[in-house]
Amino acid sequence: MAIKNTFRMTFGSLSENVGIARVTAAVFAAQLDFTINEIEEIKVAVSEAVSNSVIHGYGNESGQVELVMNLYEDNVEYIIKDCGRGIADINQARQPSFSSDPERMGLGFVFMESFMDELAIETQVGQGTTVRMIKKVQLNKTH
Amino acid sequence: MKIITVLKQGVLIVRVEGELDMHSANEFRQTIDNALDNNEAKHILLNLEGVDFIDSSGLGVILGRYKRVSLLQGQMLAAHIQPQVAKIFDLAGLLKIIKVYNNESEALACI
Repeated sequence: MAIKNTFRMTFGSLSENVGIARVTAAVFAAQLDFTINEIEEIKVAVSEAVSNSVIHGYGNESGQVELVMNLYEDNVEYIIKDCGRGIADINQARQPSFSSDPERMGLGFVFMESFMDELAIETQVGQGTTVRMIKKVQLNKTH
Repeated sequence: MKIITVLKQGVLIVRVEGELDMHSANEFRQTIDNALDNNEAKHILLNLEGVDFIDSSGLGVILGRYKRVSLLQGQMLAAHIQPQVAKIFDLAGLLKIIKVYNNESEALACI
């Protein structure tokens, strides 16, 4: 399917940038006919993916996170990429309540999975992680 | 983010304004922990009227404070929770452990 619009941003792995990334993701999604509720879901999913890159990908080290957004006729795609540590056991990381930090709930991937229609994760230890998510516009909506 | 803490009837009321994500998580955690250290509060009441966004980083801090008050048989309550925040609480299972009220006085009356 043809891409109607694309937007790419690269930013430092700082917590300040998580909010900027999710708000940009929401504004980009608003080009399609999403409900406010769906836009909120996109914000949470993107926030989780970018937070993972900043917290787990790079830890306390500085690095770059890339967010690529592609707009299609009836869906929007978000690709969040870091060149950080990678995830050793992705199946374990996707389980609810798995977290490498006791203060965190381990719900990052659960929210991404619940709120988006597709979620794919590519990761390699020492190389980084790429998360790809798609949110589709529901066609049978009534306004 | 803006956080105001008030002690009322042994309950630490925490009024939060802003977005609860990884950027605000540390300040949120430290403010509540400091207030709990310096007061005789047994329970926490979160007033979330000014919170329109929360993700798992914000939930993690809330869960951590819940565990802290639970150790001393305290409760955690929430008031004025916005629908999109309530949805996240529900998905995370927090609504099973945190009682939600319409406003602060209703919550205080139920402790």
